[in-house]
Formats: sequence, structure tokens, C-alpha cells
Amino acid sequence: MSTCVRKFGRWVSLVSKRGFSTSTCIQEDASQQSLKSLNLCSAVNQALHIALDTDPRSYVFGEDVSFGGVFRCTTGLADRFGKQRVFNTPLCEQGIVGFGIGLAAMGNRAIAEIQFADYIFPAFDQIVNEAAKFRYRSGNQFNCGGLTIRAPYGAVGHGGHYHSQSPEAFFCHVPGIKVVIPRSPQQAKGLLLSCIRDPNPIVFFEPKWLYRLAVEEVPEDDYMLPLSEAEVIRQGTDITLVGWGAQLAIMEQVCIDAEKEGISCELIDLKTLIPWDKETVEASVKKTGRLLISHEAPVTGGFGAEISASIVERCFTRLEAPVARICGLDTPFPLVFEPYYMPTKNKILDAIKSTVNY
Amino acid sequence: MALSRLSSSSAGSNFIKPLSAALSLRRPISSDTTTFTIETSVPFTAHNCDPPSRSVDTTPSELLSFFRNMALMRRMEIAADSLYKAKLIRGFCHLYDGQEAVAVGMEAGITKKDCIITAYRDHCTYLGRGGTLLEVFSELMGRRDGCSKGKGGSMHFYKKENGFYGGHGIVGAQVPLGCGLAFAQKYSKDENVTFALYGDGAANQGQLFEALNIAALWDLPAILVCENNHYGMGTAEWRAAKSPAYYKRGDYVPGLKVDGMDVLAVKQACRFAKEHALKNGPLILEMDTYRYHGHSMSDPGSTYRTRDEISGVRQERDPVERVRKLLLSHEIAAEKELKDIEKEVRKEVDDAIAKAKESPMPDPSDLFTNVYVKGFGVEVFGADRKEVRATLP
Repeated sequence: MSTCVRKFGRWVSLVSKRGFSTSTCIQEDASQQSLKSLNLCSAVNQALHIALDTDPRSYVFGEDVSFGGVFRCTTGLADRFGKQRVFNTPLCEQGIVGFGIGLAAMGNRAIAEIQFADYIFPAFDQIVNEAAKFRYRSGNQFNCGGLTIRAPYGAVGHGGHYHSQSPEAFFCHVPGIKVVIPRSPQQAKGLLLSCIRDPNPIVFFEPKWLYRLAVEEVPEDDYMLPLSEAEVIRQGTDITLVGWGAQLAIMEQVCIDAEKEGISCELIDLKTLIPWDKETVEASVKKTGRLLISHEAPVTGGFGAEISASIVERCFTRLEAPVARICGLDTPFPLVFEPYYMPTKNKILDAIKSTVNY
Repeated sequence: MALSRLSSSSAGSNFIKPLSAALSLRRPISSDTTTFTIETSVPFTAHNCDPPSRSVDTTPSELLSFFRNMALMRRMEIAADSLYKAKLIRGFCHLYDGQEAVAVGMEAGITKKDCIITAYRDHCTYLGRGGTLLEVFSELMGRRDGCSKGKGGSMHFYKKENGFYGGHGIVGAQVPLGCGLAFAQKYSKDENVTFALYGDGAANQGQLFEALNIAALWDLPAILVCENNHYGMGTAEWRAAKSPAYYKRGDYVPGLKVDGMDVLAVKQACRFAKEHALKNGPLILEMDTYRYHGHSMSDPGSTYRTRDEISGVRQERDPVERVRKLLLSHEIAAEKELKDIEKEVRKEVDDAIAKAKESPMPDPSDLFTNVYVKGFGVEVFGADRKEVRATLP
């Protein structure tokens, strides 16, 4: 079994190195900078080190974070920056986020960790009613722009009901916050630093499946990747595929399989879900004439619905086929039926074929 | 089968029958129901109420049943640990070993008409409520014979007919639910109460205080039981709580601190709490207990506490060993008989696991059942809305 897992790890790392070709600016930079092979967890850890190092008014807090957190993303931070800036909170998500809003309102960078995205709901009120509307309702007197909420999301293979959910769509319905999801270690580091330094409150979902599986060469220095800019990570002509986070690892595989069947897929990583980069997706769909969106969250009311509606509005006359959505099923996240629930490679490949042959 | 016996453990005599039959020739005393009293390990500490007496009534057969039930729970949890490591149990799994006296003592002080609602560390509470080993292991492995038909897994055990309302995954979320149960009990005037269990970590959730106020405001027969195992995941109680005296956290709600490693003290406290709640409304019971395993299977449980601390508790306060000593010192059972019980228990667990492994996985169509009530005709769409579509049964 363990060999199998290790193999899988190598396989994913290969995929991420080859498939997740990074944006040109990073590659150019990379040639002059020192690179280090890191997994996503270490990349997040490095970003947090840099954030705390470069801004003395930044703080990291959450359940068990001063011990390194359950996923070890915050390892070493308390030792280096002290317990005044990196500290454990009680188990009280609503309190954690509310506290973070207040801390950020005083001009600090509050980096809060919610241990699992599934636990974010006690804090939902604080995020939706307090954080998102603070600037608006005070006529720009106050804001909590320094707030970044990190939360691991998504399936891990055997997480069951409360350790597997992808709640991003709930937050995408809230003007005033940004929602960002990285796909790889290099992306995670750059995007997290951007989120921490962005003057708006942000929910940053980390694909926990990739914490250790995705390994990539990551620049060691301090760099940021732009928010609200999608990235075409694979060029193609027949169909546009849009996804984010861990799902891109699956979609990358699908692109390779589809190519063997003569279908050329263009793959887009949305990265920022709100405000999202409509132009990049629109330009791609105008080129390919077809669109497929895939996410782990249940299909109904998922963020794929918003993308679909917007693109139909913008590209109606250019579409050759209905927009396809391959997502999680409309059931609670199951324990033993995770493989049925998940938007797997074969489900996506089938949908690509039927869309292209529509 | 073993657990159907266990379900009547509070009565004692019923449970002991098959066992005493085996031992009857040698030691008729095992079915002895003559009452005698035993002093609790430490006095109760009370907040805003008069504590119950330290002298607890018990019988030889009850003590023996305590030993057997706790040994069974201990063995079950250790077996679950191995099954998890063998990847037969997936999902998240939180073990109860060390805390057995709370589940067993509570059942001895109340009836199955009283409700219990707890968080995710629920295997032994379920067993105490009359669940069977087969249901436990089947559910843990996601099989059809599980108590939630294999759909819940470790954190989601339920037994409605015996007033066990589960089995909740989110820290602290079950406590307000307990108030709702208690209100329904009060409204129907059936003289039963609800025990809402939570951990010391959950004690700092805002929902706890909302529940507390509601329970006190409406004089609900709700007992909030804080199972204080001293660590909320990896955080020691004093790091997370300004006041780790959880029995006092209710302020206007009375509280009682109980040695949760002493099954007799737990029994006495729960009996007292039920009487109190029916007359005066809510009460907080703080059970001072300890978990030997880490928070969950991914926590080795040794990074935030010392191995000496764990072995110290095992030596000084272990709930099973305490009862073993009582049985020996009161000459209710001999060393060998207790060893034999432990062997029996081991076999029962092994048999249940073997049976559970044969239980089939749920049918894939079960993925779509129980999302809504049957007959609503709601459609659930598959991954591709155009292709896969099922009307919910």
C-alpha cells in the first residue's frame, strides 16, 4: 500500500512539474533565482514566513497553529517570530474570524487559520456580515482588508462528511470578499502572499489533497502572483476547460487522454473565484466554441453555474454546444462512496467527447 | 449478542446472567445483588448547589458488569485503532479509551428513556446505549450492517430507540440540539432528561453559552456534561480557557466536578443531576477524565504531552484498573476470573470484527437516499446533468 502511495506521489509531482507549466514571468524570474523543490504545505509555510518577516504588523493564529497546525503548515513560525505574533486560539471559529476582523481594522495583517474548510460555517456570519460589508457600510472609514482566512478544503480520499467539503461557492455569493484557490506549490506561495498583502478580506482555500502530493520547484524569494487573473495552463483549440485547485490535477490528466483521442483541450486555472477573470475565459471560449467546468463541490449552485451563465451571456453566438459541468453530486459528501461522488477523469473525458460531438 | 447484554447493564442482574451461568459453580457471588456502599475516590466539588454524598450504593454484580463493559470498550477501541492502521476504517476516527468510566457510569445512573447527545468521540457512548459490537465495527468500516447503514462512519453513530441522538462532527454543535431535546421532554412531562456531552475544547465555543442561557432561561431538564480530557485536540485546557473550571462556567447554572475516571462517582453524579434537572433545570457536570490516544488517528498524542503523563494516568487513575482493584479487595472476584472476562471480551471483539468484515458495502444507490425525505420527488442530478439523473427514493 505504501509503495502505491509513494508511486502516486511521484506521479503527481511529475504531473505538476510538467503539466502545471507556470506563468512566463515566473519562468523568466526562475532562471535567475534559486529554486527549491517544495510540496504545497512547505510552500504555504514559506509564504507565511515571508509575510511575517516582511511586515512586523502581521499575525498568524488559529487552532493549534503555534505547534505547527494539524497539517504542519505553520511549523517553525512560533519559534521564529514569537508567541506574540503566532498563537493558538481556543476552538471557536466565530471568535477567530471576528477577532481577525478587529485586528485587521487596526491596520494589521491578520492571517487566520480555520483548521478545515468544513469548520468555517460557525464563522460564516462574521465573514459574510462583518468582514465583507465593513468597508461598504462605514463609507470607507473602516475596513478589514488585512484579513486573510486560510482553510484547507476538498477531498482527501477518505475524509468523510466533515473533512472533505468544498464550500467556495457560499463565499462567492458575497461581494466584499475575495476567494482564492491555488493549484500547486509555486502558485500557493505567490497567491498567498498576494492575498495577505491585498487590501481586501480574502478567503484562501488550500487543496489539502495536494499538501504533500504536489511537489514543484518554487522560487525561494518573496514573489507575488496577481489576483483576479486566470491563467491558460495548456493551449488548445477544441474545448475550454475551467477549474481551480486540486481539480486541475485531474483535468490535466484528462487533457492528455483527450489528446490521444484527437481532441485538443485548452485548460484554464481560474485561481481567483471572485472577482473572477471573465475576459480570459471568454477569449478562450470564443476561440474553442465549447466550455466545460469542473469542481468538487455539488453541481447545483456551484461556482460553475455562475461561470456558465456569464459565458453564455458573452459568447452565446460562438458556442457550438451547451456548457458542460462535471462536478460533485448533489448529495452530502459521502463516506464510502467518494469515488462515485467525485468528478473523476472518466466523467470529464466522457463529457468532453459528448460536448465536442454535440 | 454481547452488547444486548450490555444494554441492560444498568440493571446489572440481567446482564450478569449468562456470565454467572459460566461461573456459577465456582462463585455464585458474581450475581450477588446485595447492596453495599463504596466511597468515591475524591469528593465532588460543587458550584451553586449541594454536592451528592460520596458514598455510592452498588452491588457485586453491578461492579462486575462495570468491569466487563469497560474492558469491552477498551478492547473495542484498541481493535479500532488496528483496523484504522490497516486502512479498513477510513474517514476520521476518534478513540475513547481512558474515558470509559463516563459512558458506563452515566448509563448506570439514568435510563434509556433519558436522551444522550454527544460529539464525534461516540463509539463507547453508543455501546453503552445498547449498540452491538457488530454495528460498531460495520459502521466504522462503512458496511451495511452498521448502525447508520454504513453511511455515517466513526463520527456518526445513532440509536434512536434508546435515546442516543449521536454522533455530531462539528465541535460544540450538538449542545444546543440537546436543549431542543430537553424542551420536548419537558413539554411532554415525561420526567426524562437530556445529557448533552461536549469536550473541554468545545467548552469555548459560543454555542455552548447560547445553549446554557436557553436551558436556564426555560428551566430545561438538560445536563451539560463536559468530558474534560484536558486537551482540545493538541491544546491543553489552560492554553485555551481562561477558566478551566468548566463546572463553574455556567455562572448562574449550578455545576458539579466529578472524577470521570471513577465509574461510581459518575453514576452518583448522573443520578443526582437527573433529579436536580427535573426539579430545578440545567446543571453542568464536569467529568475529569483522560484520553490515552491522540485526538484522532492522525494525532500521535505525544507531541503536546509527555509519555510520563500518559503512563502516570494509566497507573494512578485508570478506570478499568480501579474497578479491578475494588473487585479484588471486596473479594467479589478473583484475579483469574477477571483475566477470563478480559479473554472473553477479546474474543467477542474479534468475532464481531470477523462478522463485520463479511457485511457488504452499502448499495451504490444509497448514495442518493436520505438526502431528503422519501416521496418528495426531488431530482438529484449526476455529474453530468444531461446524462445521469435520479429521482430521490
